Amino acid sequence: MPTTRRQFLSLAGGVTAAGMIPIVTLRPLHATPAMLNTAIRNVVGEAPIRTGRVKLDIPPLVENGNTVPVTVSVASPMTADDHVKSIHIFNEKNPQPNIGNFYLGPSSGRAQVATRIRLADTQKVVAIARLSDDTFWQVAADVVVTLAACTEEMN
Amino acid sequence: MAALINVPAKARRGDVIEIRTLTSHIMETGFRHTVDGKLVPRDIITSFTCRYNGAEIFRADLFPAIAANPYLSFFTVAKESGKFEFEWIGDNGYSSTASASITVE
Amino acid sequence: MSVWHAIAAAALFAAAPALLAGEIPPDARRSGYSFMGPDTRAMQDDDTSNPGMLFVLDGQSLWTKKSGSAEKACADCHGDARSSMKGVAARYPAFDNALSRPVTLDQRINLCRATHQQASPLPYESRDLLALSAFVAHQSRGVAITAGDDPQAKPFVAQGRDLFMQREGQLNLACTNCHDDNFDKHLAGAPITQGQPTGYPLYRLEWQTLGSLERRLRSCMSGVRAQAYDYGSPELVALELYLMSRARGLPMETPAVRP
Repeated sequence: MPTTRRQFLSLAGGVTAAGMIPIVTLRPLHATPAMLNTAIRNVVGEAPIRTGRVKLDIPPLVENGNTVPVTVSVASPMTADDHVKSIHIFNEKNPQPNIGNFYLGPSSGRAQVATRIRLADTQKVVAIARLSDDTFWQVAADVVVTLAACTEEMN
Repeated sequence: MAALINVPAKARRGDVIEIRTLTSHIMETGFRHTVDGKLVPRDIITSFTCRYNGAEIFRADLFPAIAANPYLSFFTVAKESGKFEFEWIGDNGYSSTASASITVE
Repeated sequence: MSVWHAIAAAALFAAAPALLAGEIPPDARRSGYSFMGPDTRAMQDDDTSNPGMLFVLDGQSLWTKKSGSAEKACADCHGDARSSMKGVAARYPAFDNALSRPVTLDQRINLCRATHQQASPLPYESRDLLALSAFVAHQSRGVAITAGDDPQAKPFVAQGRDLFMQREGQLNLACTNCHDDNFDKHLAGAPITQGQPTGYPLYRLEWQTLGSLERRLRSCMSGVRAQAYDYGSPELVALELYLMSRARGLPMETPAVRP
């Protein structure tokens, strides 16, 4: 995993303070993969998560991280016996790992949701679907967030 | 505050139709600071529900990572003529509703 | 080429204002839309997914809402905006005879509020002012821009052009250095556009809200580390007027969506 600038800075700070032993005590500003994992486990529990069946449509390179279109669809017949119960979207490096939980059912007809999200940085986005048999399926995508040259100062 | 709802006016029974909603809301994350360092308190929509003739067909929990002016698209099977009701609920007692009707033949 | 075509072309040529050095000829003028990716275009193309339309809807209700001590709504004088406001924004900023200077659409709305509605002015970038100007400008969607054609406006177009050409700020850059000389190239990750103001007020994904051309100009000025002119200042109005005249012939897109 590549070291982000903030992690590097806090690491460097730790080295300076404690000599040879890097002590990282700062709470990371961005969600770490551990936080992402915890957020996923809060939804999934201990169940295994399989890869496949879920499609995540998100631009690989986005023009502005403040408004990123995302569509999640799941290959499912959406019948009473075999349907998608919920879709969950997570991120890796925003201050908080959750993006949205979406609850559907057989009356949805098609297991697909779309929304617009915020991505604070270049990072991984994960979509997980819970099926009617309580199996979990996931897909991940890497998104590069370009920064505009002449952004306004924070106000 | 305005909301834009896109529901087909007419559909055939059994058709899978797309519903799109867009509503005005700043979705303040609660992670931003003012120039003088004060945290801007969170102010987001936390929940969205769509009911079709009274029965819930779609629900969403929203987090600060949802962009301002939340946009949602989802699907449903056109079963009968009637009304879709939409409800957004959020921080600081925020609540707004909208509705749209459909004729199913 | 037929004779008729030749005559039409000659007439067009005669009517077109002479281009100054470095300016983008009419057939090469491109809206910022053409510099965007497919996802952002899709957001603008569909009215039910264009967040700028939320402001247009708000403006529509403000149009018929009585305001100020005169207890008058915009609609009480102007009637149905679909006909009365069609093409208006394509001519703004427009010369005001009483003030002997051009005024922006935002300023016109506030002048109307002061004189006809006896209402307090709406602050720049306030939701109500943006909503009203978006609603009015939306009535001109598809109408070709003709701002600056009024002979009385010419000195102010020239003033705006001078400002556009003038280097400023710690980076010592003029608008023209990017938007005439280097469009289609990239600055950081973002494409440099021609800076054609076809869709204001517009929804910028960066802002996550609707904003005016003056807001955009001010953030460009911060970008080159210059002191930004105040909202409504003669300099910003002149720049806005020059930019609109520079976009002559391009269709209005309000509310546009931009990254």
